[in-house]
Amino acid sequence: MLEAIRQALFEEMERDPAVVLLGEDLGVYGGAFKVTAGLLERFGWERVIDTPISETAIVGAAVGMSYLGLRPVAEMQFIDFIACCFNQLTNFVAKSHYRWGAPVPMVVRGPSGGGVHGGPFHSANPEMYFVHTPGLKVVYPSTAYDAKGLLKSAIRDNNPVLFFEHKFLYRRVKEELPSGDYTVPLGKAVVRREGRDLTIVSYAAMMHTSMEAAEVLAKEGIEAEVIDLRTLLPLDRETLLASVKKTNKILVVHEDTRTGGIAGEIAALVCEGAFEDLDGPVLRVTSLDTPVPYSPPLEERFLPDVQRVAAAARDLARY
Amino acid sequence: MKISLRREQHLELYYYMKLNRALEEQMVRLFRQNKIVGGLYSSLGQEAISVGTAYALEPRDWLAPMIRNIGALLVKGFKPRDILTQHMAKYTSPTLGKDGTSHFGDLKVRHVVSPISMLGDLIPVMTGIAMAGSYLGQKIVAMTWIGDGGTSTGAFHEGINLAAVQKAALVCIIENNQWAYSTPVRRQVPTQDLADRAKAYGIPSYVVDGNDVVSVYQVSKEAVERCRSGQGPILIEAKTMRMKGHAQHDAAEYVPKAMFEYWKARDPLDRYEKHLTASKLWDAQTKAEIDARIERELQEDLEFAESSPLPPPELVEQGVYCEGCHTIEPDWRRPKEELVPPKSSVAAVWEVEDFGAFEKREEPAAAAKHSTVLASGDGRRHPAQPSARKGKAAKTPTRNKVRR
Repeated sequence: MLEAIRQALFEEMERDPAVVLLGEDLGVYGGAFKVTAGLLERFGWERVIDTPISETAIVGAAVGMSYLGLRPVAEMQFIDFIACCFNQLTNFVAKSHYRWGAPVPMVVRGPSGGGVHGGPFHSANPEMYFVHTPGLKVVYPSTAYDAKGLLKSAIRDNNPVLFFEHKFLYRRVKEELPSGDYTVPLGKAVVRREGRDLTIVSYAAMMHTSMEAAEVLAKEGIEAEVIDLRTLLPLDRETLLASVKKTNKILVVHEDTRTGGIAGEIAALVCEGAFEDLDGPVLRVTSLDTPVPYSPPLEERFLPDVQRVAAAARDLARY
Repeated sequence: MKISLRREQHLELYYYMKLNRALEEQMVRLFRQNKIVGGLYSSLGQEAISVGTAYALEPRDWLAPMIRNIGALLVKGFKPRDILTQHMAKYTSPTLGKDGTSHFGDLKVRHVVSPISMLGDLIPVMTGIAMAGSYLGQKIVAMTWIGDGGTSTGAFHEGINLAAVQKAALVCIIENNQWAYSTPVRRQVPTQDLADRAKAYGIPSYVVDGNDVVSVYQVSKEAVERCRSGQGPILIEAKTMRMKGHAQHDAAEYVPKAMFEYWKARDPLDRYEKHLTASKLWDAQTKAEIDARIERELQEDLEFAESSPLPPPELVEQGVYCEGCHTIEPDWRRPKEELVPPKSSVAAVWEVEDFGAFEKREEPAAAAKHSTVLASGDGRRHPAQPSARKGKAAKTPTRNKVRR
């Protein structure tokens, strides 16, 4: 997946000189995870900008650049640090087009998520702060193909897009990518696995956990349909409701913590749009309502796993 | 640098300052008639700063106002009707009623960025404008303002520091009006001159008498042209006084009465009128003509604003996202070929000139690239520090060179 993201940046910079990168240690060093390795050599100091440790200034400068028509891609070294520029994103960036008609064609991207023992400040899934912010778009891919195609769409979009890259998947997800330019549209979920008995909705690393659980369930005769959200804002209502109308049951799985996670929003929209079709409660498997802990046994208890997803799916299938 | 003004420029400065004041007086009347639906902030006593600084910009340059910079918006080409309709939440306002006060802008013609209420955030944004301007070969300068209280924010520090390391063409004016809401400047910052902060960023600064429009203009013009020539950002502290409360609701009873009296005797408009008379730059008839023009323009725009409709409720859901309503294309003023391979390709290595060695550091006096220049109303200008070097044109370093 990491290489797919690098390719997307490379190809977009090649295609359009309005695309510039800025962030901490992404030039000479190539980024903490080497996502931007080689880009400085190719595109030069003006297009790959190593900044001071100043998240507010990184996002602020990207806004200013976008007002002059550039398409900056700002990197958070770890997405946890996006908290440092929360004001800039939620008040300056998100409201710009609505308030005074000034579009902000920028991307803020960075490694997110747990499972690598990064501890409370290098493992976060802060997507819901921003899903609750009208004016932003929030993307969180689970495959290398999608990561490349969605990042290209995000760079070409006229709106600010937050692009979450699950670091657990960086080097674990490996796919052959088609040669040549392609994009994946923002705001469209995808059905990863067809099934008739229940719908499992997920995204990012938990999409893979959900797919594994679906395999386990299939051996027991339960056919789960698995939906990968890909974009959390705007949310693809149609794909979700169509699946619920078919399976009549829905389980939401996310690595984000439980209270205020996107499962609650999905439960509400299913109740609003498909209540008559439901044969059971909307269930969720999520991380616990705690900070992300450091020690392996703690983090393993914190994160959802295949067993927990399969158990919840069995409960739901019994309705 | 000798910067002089022609007679018609002198008169234009008067026009904008007087218009600024008359417009705000009109808005106080509207506020008392409950025709301004939100807050109303006054720049009474600070008009020389808004007008004198913005007057130093070219049309291609960019600015981002703060809440007390209506004068700068007028100089940059907005009309009283824009400001009136904004405050009255009308559908004809630049934001169609979605935001109020001076929270509006114009990317295409006037090059004005809308502020937000959170202080400091504009500084990195305007740094980005300056960086993009340089990237596109536009030779523009970005200007913004911050209050004495606003310099306490982290965003101010991050923005100025980024501008300094990037040598961005940013002119930042600290409008020191002595009060951050109800807190005096000494409780915000313990130094006499807020411009001293420039030293820590390794950039030049000026301290200017903010109630003298000619000095403000001259200092700003010099700063703008230094910035345009690639010397990096510049901080200007303009000393002034906020002559009203934070906003209309605030009677400012916490301000010592004698302080108001001191500054009232130094009112920037009164002073400038006397200066124009003493310098024989106008006569009673010229003044009367300008005043009549202002009254006429304000009356027309007031009628326009009052007769404008409020927005239709269904507007609320429109415009959260750009859905094809904008075409985004930068205004390239340099060959794009310079920015794509093979021309853009470099060796990705840092060169560190002196290894950061203690014994190789320059003595502080010799190292003072920063110089604060004071400019006061009587035209006296002197460097604040005898040892400071005069604005030596710094060579723009190549981007991988790390210098102290």
